[in-house]
Amino acid sequence: MIHVRGLSKRYGAKRIFEGLELDVERGGFVLVTGPNGSGKTTLLRIAAGLAYPSAGEIDVEVERRELGFLAHESLVYRELTALENLELYGRLYRVPERRERCGMLLERFGLWDSRNERVSSFSRGMVQRLALCRVFLHEPELFLLDEPFSALDAEGAELLERELASRHGHATFLVATHEPERLEPLATARLAFA
Amino acid sequence: MRGYVGDVAALARKDLLLEVRSRDTLPAMLIFVAAALVIFHFALPSGTGELAGLGLLWVAIVFTALLGLSRAFVAEREQGVLDGLVLAPSDRSAIWLGKSLAALTFLVLAEAIALPLFAIFFSSVDGATIAAVALADIGICAVGVFVSAMATATRARELLLPVLFLPLAIPVIVGGVGASVADSAGRYLGFLALYDALFATICWASFEYVVTE
Amino acid sequence: MSTWLRNNALVASAALAAVLLTLAIALVAFYAPLDQDGLNQKIFYFHVPIALTAYACFGWGAWKGLLHLWKRTPGADLESYVAIHLGVIFGAMTLVTGSIWAKYRWGHWWLWSEKQLVLFLVLFLFYSAYFMLRFSVEPGPRQANLSAVYSLFGVVLIPISFLAIRLANAYIHPIAFTSHGPQMAGSQFFTFCVCLAAMLSLFAALYHLELAGKRLDAHLRELRELLG
Repeated sequence: MIHVRGLSKRYGAKRIFEGLELDVERGGFVLVTGPNGSGKTTLLRIAAGLAYPSAGEIDVEVERRELGFLAHESLVYRELTALENLELYGRLYRVPERRERCGMLLERFGLWDSRNERVSSFSRGMVQRLALCRVFLHEPELFLLDEPFSALDAEGAELLERELASRHGHATFLVATHEPERLEPLATARLAFA
Repeated sequence: MRGYVGDVAALARKDLLLEVRSRDTLPAMLIFVAAALVIFHFALPSGTGELAGLGLLWVAIVFTALLGLSRAFVAEREQGVLDGLVLAPSDRSAIWLGKSLAALTFLVLAEAIALPLFAIFFSSVDGATIAAVALADIGICAVGVFVSAMATATRARELLLPVLFLPLAIPVIVGGVGASVADSAGRYLGFLALYDALFATICWASFEYVVTE
Repeated sequence: MSTWLRNNALVASAALAAVLLTLAIALVAFYAPLDQDGLNQKIFYFHVPIALTAYACFGWGAWKGLLHLWKRTPGADLESYVAIHLGVIFGAMTLVTGSIWAKYRWGHWWLWSEKQLVLFLVLFLFYSAYFMLRFSVEPGPRQANLSAVYSLFGVVLIPISFLAIRLANAYIHPIAFTSHGPQMAGSQFFTFCVCLAAMLSLFAALYHLELAGKRLDAHLRELRELLG
C-alpha cells in the first residue's frame, strides 16, 4: 500500500533523512520509532501528501478520502464546539449519516457530555481525544498517526488501544511513537530512525 | 457539483460562526472605517471639492478590507487546521471560495455603516457608486483572501499582506473611483466586472498550489 | 545545429547581443533621421524596446511558472525567477529612460499622464513584492509554488493595469505605433526593429548568464552537502 524508494528530505541545508526504503502492505501495522527531530513526523507528512520529497519516490495507493492523519497539532478549531468541528470534517469527508456518526464517536471517546463546549475550554487530553475522533470519523483505510498516545490519560489510552486493535488487519497503520512497547503486540514491522 | 457547493457553504458558515463567537474582526473594521472617514475630513483642505472625497471613500474601503483580510487565516493557523482542510477530499479551491464569501459578508456589513456615514459627512452616494462598491467587493475579497493565504505561508505573514495586495488593488480603485466620478459609469463598471471575472478565475484555479507543496 | 545552439546558448546569445547592440547604437547615432521631437527622440529607440523586453521577461517568467505548476518541470522555478529578476531590471531601466524622455520633452521628471510610465510603476511595485514573497519562504517546493502562482497573477495584471491606466487618464503619451505607426518613416522603423532585437537578445544573453551562474551555485551546494 505504501512504497518508498530512496526517499530523502532536506529543509534548506538541514538534512532530515536520506535514502529511506520502506514497503507497507495492506493490513500492516508499522511502528516508527526514533528520537525527536529524527524525521518521524516528516515521513508521515510526506506520506499524507502535506510535504514534498527532496529526492526519491513515495507511492501511497490511497485517495485522500481513505486517509486518516493525526498530527502533533489537533487540527480542530478552538472556538468551535467538539460537535461543530466533527460535523465540519464529516461534511468535507462526505461521511454518511453524519450526525449519528459524530455522536457515536464522541460517545466512544468519552466526549459526549462536552460535545457542545468549545475546544478552547478542553484539557489537553480532551483535545487529543477529539483529534482521534476526527481521524476515525470517516473510517479511513490508511492511518498515519503521529504520537497518538500523547496527552492521553490511562482511560483515553485504553480507548485508543481498543480502537486500534479492533481495526488491526483490516486497516493499514503507520504509527510514530515514543512508547513502542504499548503497540508492540500489534506491530507487523518496525522502522527505526537514528 | 452539489458536493462542491455544500463544501463551500459549510466552510463559509464555519468562518461566519467563528466571527460571531470571537467578535474581533468586524468591530475593528467598523471602528477603522469610521475613524478613517473622520481623518479624511481633516485631510481635505477647503476647496478640494466633492470628487476628492469620493476618491478617499475608495481608499477607506480598500484599507478596511485589508484590515479584515489580515485576520482571514488566523484561525486556521492555530492548531494547524489548514492541514486538516487541505487533507480533506474536497477540492482545495472550496477553502478559498468559502472564506472569500465570508470575507465578502464582513466587508458588506462594514460598508453598510461606511456608506451612510460617508453620505452624512461628505456627499451623497449615487447608484453608480453603490454598484461599483458591490462589484469591487467581489474582486477585493477574491484576491484578498487568496493573497492572505499566500502571506500566511511565509515567515513575514501579515506584514506581507499589504505588499502583495495593494498593487493588485490598484485597478479596483481605478474602476471604483471612475464609476463614482465620471459621467458614464458604464465603462468602469464593465472594467470592474472584467477584473472580477479574470482574477476570480485565476484564484480559483491556482489556490490548490498555494496550500500544497 | 540546434543541439549546438542549445548547448552553447550563453555564448551564442552573448555574441548575438553584442553584434545587435553595436549595430543598434550605430544606427541610432548616425542613421536614424531626427524628427520634430529633436535629439531626445533618440531615447525612444531605447525606451520602448526596453519596455517591450521587460514585458517579454515577465511573460517568459510566467510561462516558466506555469510549467512548474502544471508539469513540475525541474529547473522551471529557477528559470522563472531569473526571467522575472531581469524583467525588474529592464523595468527599472524603462522607468529611468522614460523619465529622461519626459524631462526633455515636457520638462518634468514624472508625469502621471504618461501611461507607460505609470504602468511600469505599478508593475515595479508588484514584482518587487515578488522578491519579498520569494525570500520570505524557505527554498523548496513551497517557495517555488508561491512564486509561480504570483508570476501568473503578474501576467494577468499587466493588461488589466494597462486598461485601468487608460481609463484613468487623459491621454498625452505618444504611443509609438499609433502616432508614428505605419507613418513611421522606413528608416525609423528599421532602426526601431534593430533596437528591439538588440534588447531581446540582451535579455537572452543575461538570462543564460544568470542561469548558468545559479546552476553552478546549486551544483556547488550539492557537492558540499555530499562531502559534508
